[in-house]
Amino acid sequence: MSVILVFLLVIVGFAGWWLSHQRLMAKPWLEQGVIGDIIGQEGSALPTAKIGLGVFLAVVGCLFALFTSAYFMRMALSDWQALPLPRVLWFNTGVLVLSSIALQCASVAARRGQIDTVRLGLVTAGLTALAFLIGQLVAWRELTADGYLLTANPANSFFYLITGMHGLHILGGLVGLSRTTAGAWNGARPERLRLSVELCAMYWNFLLFVWLAIFALLAGWAATFIEICRQLLT
Amino acid sequence: MAVALVLVLVVVGSVLFHFLSPWWWTPIASNWDYIDNTIIITFWITGVVFAAVVLFMAYCVFRFRHREGNQAAYEPENKRLEWWLTIVTAIGVTAMLVPGLFVWNQFVSVPSDATVVEVVGQQWQWSFRLPGKDGKLGTSDTRNVSPENPLGVNASDANGQDDVVVEAADLHLPVGKPVKMLLRSIDVLHDFYVPEFRAKMDMIPGSVTYFWFTPTKTGTFQVLCAELCGQGHPLMNGVVMVDTQEDYLAWLGEQQTFAQLSAPQQVGSAE
Amino acid sequence: MVDITPADAVPPAEVAEMELYHPHSWWTKYVFSQDAKVIAIQYSATATAIGLVALVLSWLMRLQLGFPGTFDFISPEAYYQFITMHGMIMVIYLLTALFLGGFGNYLIPLMVGARDMVFPYVNMLSYWIYLLAVLVLASSFFAPGGPTGAGWTLYPPQAIMTGTPGGQDWGIILMLVSLILFIIGFTMGGLNYVVTVLQARTRGMTLMRLPLTVWGIFTATVMALLAFPALFVACVMMLFDRALGTSFFMPAIVEMGEQLQHGGGSPILFQHLFWFFGHPEVYIVALPAFGIVSDLISTHARKNIFGYRMMVWAIVGIGALSFVVWAHHMYVSGMHPYFGFFFATTTLIIAVPTAIKVYNWVLTLWRGDIHLTVPMLFALAFIVTFVNGGLTGLFLGNVVVDVPLSDTMFVVAHFHMVMGVAPILVIFGAIYHWYPKVTGRMLNEAMGQFHFWVTFLGAYLIFFPMHYIGLMGVPRRYHELTATTVMTESAHDLNAFISIMAFLVGFAQIVFLFNLIWSIRHGREAGGNPWRATTLEWQTPETPPAHGNFGKELPIVYRWAYDYSVPGAKEDFIPQNMPGAFGSSREPA
Repeated sequence: MSVILVFLLVIVGFAGWWLSHQRLMAKPWLEQGVIGDIIGQEGSALPTAKIGLGVFLAVVGCLFALFTSAYFMRMALSDWQALPLPRVLWFNTGVLVLSSIALQCASVAARRGQIDTVRLGLVTAGLTALAFLIGQLVAWRELTADGYLLTANPANSFFYLITGMHGLHILGGLVGLSRTTAGAWNGARPERLRLSVELCAMYWNFLLFVWLAIFALLAGWAATFIEICRQLLT
Repeated sequence: MAVALVLVLVVVGSVLFHFLSPWWWTPIASNWDYIDNTIIITFWITGVVFAAVVLFMAYCVFRFRHREGNQAAYEPENKRLEWWLTIVTAIGVTAMLVPGLFVWNQFVSVPSDATVVEVVGQQWQWSFRLPGKDGKLGTSDTRNVSPENPLGVNASDANGQDDVVVEAADLHLPVGKPVKMLLRSIDVLHDFYVPEFRAKMDMIPGSVTYFWFTPTKTGTFQVLCAELCGQGHPLMNGVVMVDTQEDYLAWLGEQQTFAQLSAPQQVGSAE
Repeated sequence: MVDITPADAVPPAEVAEMELYHPHSWWTKYVFSQDAKVIAIQYSATATAIGLVALVLSWLMRLQLGFPGTFDFISPEAYYQFITMHGMIMVIYLLTALFLGGFGNYLIPLMVGARDMVFPYVNMLSYWIYLLAVLVLASSFFAPGGPTGAGWTLYPPQAIMTGTPGGQDWGIILMLVSLILFIIGFTMGGLNYVVTVLQARTRGMTLMRLPLTVWGIFTATVMALLAFPALFVACVMMLFDRALGTSFFMPAIVEMGEQLQHGGGSPILFQHLFWFFGHPEVYIVALPAFGIVSDLISTHARKNIFGYRMMVWAIVGIGALSFVVWAHHMYVSGMHPYFGFFFATTTLIIAVPTAIKVYNWVLTLWRGDIHLTVPMLFALAFIVTFVNGGLTGLFLGNVVVDVPLSDTMFVVAHFHMVMGVAPILVIFGAIYHWYPKVTGRMLNEAMGQFHFWVTFLGAYLIFFPMHYIGLMGVPRRYHELTATTVMTESAHDLNAFISIMAFLVGFAQIVFLFNLIWSIRHGREAGGNPWRATTLEWQTPETPPAHGNFGKELPIVYRWAYDYSVPGAKEDFIPQNMPGAFGSSREPA
C-alpha cells in the first residue's frame, strides 16, 4: 500500500498548502461585519471547470495509484511471471505523445484565436488517440496469440486490467473531445471553446502521464527503480 | 427536567448493568490474563469518561434549560481549558495504549520452547496435525489435498511421515506447556477461536498464520469459527481437551501418523 | 454601542452569477431536475426507501437470533443474505447517500450562499446512476440464488464460492456491479460538493465562516473521493476473479474435495483494499454527523459552538488520520503482527481529536440557553450514543484487547452504536431541524417526542447489553447460537429482549414516516426562520427556497455562523448576512 500512501501524501501536501492560505488560525468571531480584508478568500481565480477537472484527475490518479499498489503486492507472491511487452506499445506511446502535443497546440491556438489551427489540432488529437486505442487492441491480440491469456498468470491479468482501465479513460476523454470538436465547427463562443480545449489538453496530458507510469510499471522499470531507491535508503 | 433525569438514569443503569448483570466473560483457561487485565483497565478509564460526560450533560440540561429571560453566555473558546482537556485525554489514551502494546509484544513473541500444533480449517470442520518424534512438521500444499491426504501433506518430505494426523476429531493438549498454533486453511477464511483461551487468529488459504498460548486449566473447550466462512459457519464447532501430561500421552499413543494413514492406500494401488 | 456599517458601503456581490438551468416542463422540474434541492430530495427518498428494506431485514435477523428455531423460513442461506444486504445498504446506500447526496445537496449551496451546485447536469446524472445502483442491488433479491451472503465485507475467497449464498450465482456479481455504479455516481456528485465549496462561496464567506455542517460534509466528501477508488479497485478485481477466472485474490483452493482452477492469489490483498476504503468510510458517515450536530447544538442552545477553530482543525485532522488506521480491522486477519503496533497507535491517536469534539459539544451546553426541542433532544442522544460507541472503539482499536473481542457481538454492538445509531440520530435531528425549510411547515411535536424517546432508549437498550454478549465470547454472524456453549440460557433471554426492543424501535420509525407525510399538509406553518438561526439557508427570501435559492442578489456574509447571544445585540442571534458590528467586547474577559 506504499504507492497509494505516497500518492495521498502528495494530495495532503497540496491540501495543506491550500489550507495554509485560508487563514485557518483566524478568530472568525472577531471579524464581524467586515469583508474588506478578506476579499480573495472566496474562491480561486481559475475557472471552476478547471478546478473540477483537477479534483476529478486527483480521483483518477488515486485509482491508478491503488492499482499500482495492488500490482506490487500481488507481484511479491511466488507465482508471478512477468510477461514480455509487445513492441507495438512503443509505437502506441509515441502516438499518445503526438495526441497530447496536438491538443497542446490547439490550446495555444485557441488562446490566440486561430480557429483553423484549433480544428486541426482537435482532429489530429482525436485521430491519434483512436490510433492509440487500436494499437492497444493490437497489443492485446498479439499477447493472446502468443498464449499470454488473461487467467494464465497474475502478471497477464494485471496487464489487461490496467491497460483496459486506461483505455476506458481515453475513451471517455474522446467523448469530451468530440463534443469540443463539434463546438469548434458549430461556432461555439471563443472563450467557451478555449476553455473546453484547455480542459481536453489537461485531461490528455494527465492520461499521457498515467500511461507513461503504467508503461514503466508493466515493463518492470518501476520495480527496479523502487529497488534502487530502497537500496539507497538502507 | 425529565431529560436530565433520563440522562442520569442512562449512566446509573449502565453502571449497574455492568456490575450486576450475569453476562461476563468465561473463566480464563490460558496464560492471557494480561489481556483480561488490559480490558479491565480500559473499562475503568472509558467508564469514568462516559459517566463524566453524560452526567455533565445532564447537569447542563438541568441547570441551563431555557427559561423566560435567560440569555446564554458568550464564550467563543477557552484555550487553556481546551489544552488541559487535550492533555488529560492524551494521558488517558496512553494509559490504555501502553499496556496494550506491551501485551501485544508478548502475544507476537512465541517462546522458544513452544510445541507446534497445526490446525487446518475447511468447510466446515477442524483437523489437526502434530509433529511426530522428530519434532518437525512436514511441508504441505493445498494442491496435494485428496481424499487419501485430506491435509495436503507433502508425501516426499521425510519430516512429514511421522506427523500425527487428527482428521475432524478432538484435539488434545497438555496442560501448562506453551503451544504455537500454526493455522492453515484449504478452502476459505476461517478463524480458530476458543473463548476460554482469549486468543484467536484468522486462517488464510495459501499462507500459514499463528498465535501462541499456554493452557492453564484441564478441561474440555469448544472451538468456534470466528470468520464468516459460508452457510455452515455457525456449526463449525470443534473440541480442544486440555489434559494432564499422562492423559495427553495416552491419547497421543492412539493416534495415527501420516505414514500409517497413507500406507494402506499405497499397498492398494501397488496391487 | 451598535455600530452599523451602511450596507451600501459594500460593493454588491461580485461573485460571478452562474447561468442557471431553467426547467421547461414538469419532467425537467421534478424528475430530471438539475436543481440541487430536488436532487437532494430524490437522493433522500431513494435512500430512505432502500433503508426501509434494510430495516425489515434487521427484523428478520432479530427474529432468528431472538427466537431460534421458531421461524423455519429463515434458513442459514437466507440469514446470511439478510446480514449482507442489511450491512451494505445501511453503510453505503443509506448513510453515505443520505448524508452526502441528501444533506450535502440540499445544504451546501444554501449554506455557502450559492445558487446551485457548480455542475448541475453532472449532479443530476449522479442521482440517476445512484438510483440505477440501488435498482441493481435490489434486483439481486429476485435473481436466481438470491443476493450474496458473503457479509458486507465481501471477503474472498468465500464471497465467490459455492459455500456462500450467491457466490456462484448472480448475487455477488450484482452486488459488485451495483457498488461500481454507486462509486461512479458518487464521484460525480462528490466533485460537485467539493468544487461548490471551493468556488461558489458567496462574497465574505471565508472558510472560517463556514458552518461546521459544511466543513463536515466537505471533508467527508474529499475523503470519500479518495477512499472509494479503493473499493472500486477491489470490486473490479473481484469481478475479474469471479467472472473471468483470474487469481488476484484467489489462492489454491480445494472446495468440497475438488481442486479449483485459481491459484497463488492473496485474500489479504482484498482486505487491505477493502479497509483502505472501509475505515475512511466510517468517518465519511461520522464527519457530516459531527458537523450537523454542532450546528444543532449551537442553534438550540442559543450559544456559539465552543472552540470553533479547534472543531475545524479536528475535522481536518480526523479526516487525514483516518487514512492511516485501516488495518485495525485486520488485527486478527493474519497480516504481519508487527503492523499491530503501528495501527494501534494511530488508532488511539485519532481518539484525541474526536474526544475534543465531544468536549466542545458539551461545553457548548455549559451556560447556554437550552431549548429542548426535538432536534436538540436528538443531538443530546447523539452525544450519549456516540461517546458510548466511541469509547468501546478504544477497546477494539487497542490491538491486544481486540484479539478476544474481534468478530464477536461486541464488535457488532460497537459499530452499530457508533456508526449506526449515532449518525442516524443526527439524521433524525437534522430532519426535524430542516424540514421547516424544505416544506415550510413544522413536523408534529408530539409525534416527534414519541419517536425520539422510543428510538433513543430503545436503541440504547438494544446495543448496550449486546456488548456483554460479545464479551462472553459469542461470535457474530452466527445463524444459530444454540450449539455454542458460551451462550448461556440467560443470554438467550437477553437476546430475545434485544429482539423485542428492535421491533419496538422499528415501529417507532413508522410513526416518524407518518409524521413526515402528515406534516406536509397539516404541520404548523413555519415561517422563514423558525429556529431563529444565523446560517444563510434560513435567510432565503422564499420558504421553501426557490430555484436559484436567493432571489435577485446573492447574500453577502459579514460574520461567522455562530453569532448567538452576542452581548449588546438586540436579539439572541445575528444572521450571517447582517452587516455591522455588534457588542462592546468580543473577546471574553
